[in-house]
Amino acid sequence: MNDVRRTAAEAADALAAGETTSVALTQAHLDRIAEVDGAVHAFLHVDAEGALAAAEESDRRRASGAPASPLDGVPVAVKDVLATRGQPTTCGSKVLEGWVPPYDATVVTLLREAGLPILGKTNMDEFAMGSSTEHSAYGPTRNPWDLGRVPGGSGGGSAAAVAAFEAPLALGTDTGGSIRQPGALTGTVGVKPTYGGVSRYGLVAMANSLDQVGPVTRTVLDSALLHEVIGGHDPRDSTSLPDPVGGLVEAARRGAAGDLTGLKVGKIAELRGEGYQDGVEERFEDSLALLEKAGAEVIEVACPSFVHALAAYYLIMPSEASSNLARFDAMRYGLRVPPDGVDDPSAEQVMRASREAGFGDEVKRRIILGTFALSAGYVDAFYGKGQKVRTLIQRDFAAAWAQVDVLVSPTSPSTAFPIGEKQHDPRSMYLNDVATVPANLAGVPGISVPNGLHDGLPVGFQVLAPRQADDRLYRVGAALESLLEQQWGGPLLSQAPALEGASA
Amino acid sequence: MPETQQQISADEVAHLADLARIDLSAEERERLAPQLAVVLEYAASLDGVAGDDVPATSHPLPLRNVLREDVPQPSLTAEEALSGAPAVEQQRFEVPRILGDEQ
Repeated sequence: MNDVRRTAAEAADALAAGETTSVALTQAHLDRIAEVDGAVHAFLHVDAEGALAAAEESDRRRASGAPASPLDGVPVAVKDVLATRGQPTTCGSKVLEGWVPPYDATVVTLLREAGLPILGKTNMDEFAMGSSTEHSAYGPTRNPWDLGRVPGGSGGGSAAAVAAFEAPLALGTDTGGSIRQPGALTGTVGVKPTYGGVSRYGLVAMANSLDQVGPVTRTVLDSALLHEVIGGHDPRDSTSLPDPVGGLVEAARRGAAGDLTGLKVGKIAELRGEGYQDGVEERFEDSLALLEKAGAEVIEVACPSFVHALAAYYLIMPSEASSNLARFDAMRYGLRVPPDGVDDPSAEQVMRASREAGFGDEVKRRIILGTFALSAGYVDAFYGKGQKVRTLIQRDFAAAWAQVDVLVSPTSPSTAFPIGEKQHDPRSMYLNDVATVPANLAGVPGISVPNGLHDGLPVGFQVLAPRQADDRLYRVGAALESLLEQQWGGPLLSQAPALEGASA
Repeated sequence: MPETQQQISADEVAHLADLARIDLSAEERERLAPQLAVVLEYAASLDGVAGDDVPATSHPLPLRNVLREDVPQPSLTAEEALSGAPAVEQQRFEVPRILGDEQ
């Protein structure tokens, strides 16, 4: 248990000091997965053999004095939407059941090159469509704080794996909040980097103009360490920014000293009030007071178009998603099902039957919505209207950056809700994303940091920064984390149930 | 005008499913139709929000014409490329017939 409670930074220090080995560390996490994942169901696939083989190689590098990176030997879990050579990649969908990619996503290549053993693939809403992980074709992931509740989504598996000490680090993807909202609901840290700051090559796309890969961890420093491994230019992604990513770990270490003198913080007027639980608002105010005590100046900033962000997002995202999912045509990979009672069916008939059999409800809903929003006669009134509002949201951000260094809000309007409560009600499910989607529409980076409990469930604090100023997330996030942990007397997750012997 | 529409009917869902190449069952069409009203509400809520002078933004980054150097690089072998195929014949993707439908 000691090995799995360590943060990634602590584990890296222990490896460097020769106090543990990557094999021991990796095995401890595999044991923990065996012990608790029956109840949590964070993983869709565990690769014990591959992880231990990578750990042995890491130990050899350490022994010869040539570790590949500061995190060499620290195990990691990967969301099942990222292609992993030789390991199944299902995207939480029956369409890709059993698919083993012949290539690695660039971020997975970077993990391997940095020496991180990959423990396995984490559960998610099908094709990352959802805010609860209930839309996985392989069953829901459960929140380690309360196994009757959702861990958020779509990256509920990565967040729950980290929260349940099954992995010190994980990768997620965030299209409208799928890293940050599960972070808030599980008491973990999640970062959506600047759009283009991390390669999307090998990420099975939902909405290309919104998707971004990012770190899922228990501490702000650990996210910075992982972000520096996966960030930077990739010639295989034409939307990848040419600039190197760096200075994040340094920013996290500086922030942890707790001095925010001179920092200007804008609280977003539109992202609170109606729809936000009282306890979420109270924790938010407490955190603002801490930032002020640390020397920051907090002012209210108006972002008037943000009230329209969710509507714009749910017009743009399904449009892109319906186009993307056209690739699942039952011809080159994925499920192929012949239609019932048809002799010698055509390719189109097979395609229709396969998509009907392979896609779940939420995916069908979004394909139909996107097809509608893009169809002749409607495209200006739906997709086009969303795109114009996207411009207004970017202008609100630009105006805000003239006044403040970072913007802040609650990450999610509510704490974790019971499994089943919103599953068949898209309108209330979509509201979970209300505070997180503006960042995706504008391409700016965001972090969620756990900032307390409401009725025994975690609450998250969101920090947003200008494009390519991801370092500010780490400075502010680490400062808040360290001030809060001084109050709590330790990390928030030390208050979570132990889970040993738990069963679903 | 789409803005004043209150519902997407089951027949319209059938048409959209046709465009999207999904065989939805009658039960699914009935169930999905009312759920799709959410997009009409979202669109209606944006009426008048952005004036005609506001340009559309399709992407967060103003990147254009990103090309790499035209240099040959290693790629997947035929076996790797075919490794996930539902059916393979003579080192090719084997697909159902593509001709003979009503078109």
